[in-house]
Amino acid sequence: MLKYFVKRLLRSILTLFIVITVVFLLMRLMPEEGYFGENGVDKLDEAQQEAILESMGLKDPVYIQLEHFYTDLLKGDLGESLIFRPNVPIKEIIAQKLPYSLWFGLFALGLSLVFGITMGITMARHKGKLADKLGTSYVVFISAVPAIIYYLFIQIYVTGILNLPLLFDVEIKKSWLIPGIAMSLGSISGYAMWMRRYMVDELNKDYIKLATAKGLSRRKIMYTHVMRNALVPMVQYLPSSILFTIAGSIYVESLFSIPGMGGLLVSAIQMQDNTLVQALVLIYSSIGIIGLFLGDVLMAVFDPRIKLQKAGGGR
Amino acid sequence: MALDYLEENYETFNQDLEDAMFEFADYDAKEAERTGYSNYSYWRSTWRSFLKNRIAVVLMLFVVFIVGFTIIQPYLPNQYEPTVVNISEETGRQLRNIPPNDQFWFGTNAIGQDLWARIWSGTRTSLFIGLIVGLSELTLGILIGSIWGYVRKLDTLITEIYNVINNIPRTIILVLFAYIMKPGLFTIIFAMAITRWTEMARFVRNLIIIIRDREYNLASRCLGTPTSRIISKNLLPYLVSVIMLRLALAIPLAIGSEVFLTYIGIGLPVDIPSLGNLINEGRVFIMVSALRYQLLFPAAVLSMITISFYVIGNGFADAADPKNHV
Repeated sequence: MLKYFVKRLLRSILTLFIVITVVFLLMRLMPEEGYFGENGVDKLDEAQQEAILESMGLKDPVYIQLEHFYTDLLKGDLGESLIFRPNVPIKEIIAQKLPYSLWFGLFALGLSLVFGITMGITMARHKGKLADKLGTSYVVFISAVPAIIYYLFIQIYVTGILNLPLLFDVEIKKSWLIPGIAMSLGSISGYAMWMRRYMVDELNKDYIKLATAKGLSRRKIMYTHVMRNALVPMVQYLPSSILFTIAGSIYVESLFSIPGMGGLLVSAIQMQDNTLVQALVLIYSSIGIIGLFLGDVLMAVFDPRIKLQKAGGGR
Repeated sequence: MALDYLEENYETFNQDLEDAMFEFADYDAKEAERTGYSNYSYWRSTWRSFLKNRIAVVLMLFVVFIVGFTIIQPYLPNQYEPTVVNISEETGRQLRNIPPNDQFWFGTNAIGQDLWARIWSGTRTSLFIGLIVGLSELTLGILIGSIWGYVRKLDTLITEIYNVINNIPRTIILVLFAYIMKPGLFTIIFAMAITRWTEMARFVRNLIIIIRDREYNLASRCLGTPTSRIISKNLLPYLVSVIMLRLALAIPLAIGSEVFLTYIGIGLPVDIPSLGNLINEGRVFIMVSALRYQLLFPAAVLSMITISFYVIGNGFADAADPKNHV
């Protein structure tokens, strides 16, 4: 078991290293105009531009830049914002945004776990009946239609019906609810779909037939055998889901103008704030890598049959 | 017993074996087929099971109609250009924000362009992106997947590369490439294709590893079946369901990603009508209920198209799976 963890950890660290390096190198390919902040390109002559680039270390050879970048990163320094809020350390900006994303994210996650799993169980229990068909239609709708469409309609009509402001307002307590609910719609459908699939898979196994033959009630089979076994593969996605609450929802946050991380990425992209985009991309990819690592570890704890025999490809 | 019989009659057997029996027989394709003939046809069965899925069939007819319509729409009489700003003949001013009427069926937008024409033009763009993304995903995926599966030396390397890519959230890769490159049609297609080939490649790789050494393939190879025939008859049927599924799903995905990228400001330029641009333009008016038609029409068309392709794709994938054939 320990060997598995260590191997998996090393793999994740290596992946993280590769990803950070590749992202850093790709960002070096960006046009240099992005680095001149609010002064813009037009106001500076070439010598001044050179000087700015020089002072930021962008004229150094790439490997030296990379080395600086890594030493800063190890000290926990993500650099400073260029345009979004000039010369403010990115860490500070993120520290202000994070609580909002966390709150909404965890709220949405709680909702989607409760409703998604209940929905999946109901669908599996009544497979082929009305409840299953309704649930499937919901899943199809959510997976096929781009999220922005139903977010927009929630924003227009649901807030209208409930007499709430269109945008998020820290002061109004009720306005905290709608964005959270909107965010959970997608993951409810995801959890429901997977839960249903795993439960149906489990229901077709031989030990269920044995349990039925032994005379166990259907209810007992469902809850003590099928559900528990179906929950095991779901556990794998839990760490990623929790971690990704940090990232926030890009659509919901910018639509409801919530001052969170998702909205921050949109603003950074629109303002072409290179260092901020770079830092956010790095944070998001690290979250992905760490989430998958924790998911695999959790899986191994829950399901002792899993060993690291064939990494990758096998998942 | 049998052995005794053989030994006793050895002489007679030997006499029967004439040299003519050891000459090569001509290969006759028809004769070869005759022994193993059954009237099972993969495509016919697939089609038959697909037809049983009524919703998918109805949506398929709808999609055929829509796709046909987007192609012929510009050639119909009395159509406006999607990018031309319409100007009133009487006042000489732009026909801005005109609600739907019999002249402009879906109304006009904030600068006086015909929304009906823009929606079909946008649908055309989105379907085109979806098709190209789907095809490049298949090409890349099958190509890399086959190399991954067949060339054992490269297995570890490609697996590692796959793991790295798979670890990063798709959206982030999409955003990163769209951000770095110049906004435009090619960038969008490239960014989407680069985030999507991995799944296909992994699928093909796993399939090849499973099927490569199955006995029926071994038998086929021993019987001298040409590789092209092994691929088309033994391997491809396994792939068809996935190919069709991914191709059909590429369209909702492309539409969704384009809407997303345009929304965050790194999508298509405003002068190319696309569903993303239309949603984005319509979004401005959510506060004004009289102008909401500018969001409602594109949203309705977009939802119908994405849902149709999604359902058809899944329906076809089910139908194409030989396990579901009777």
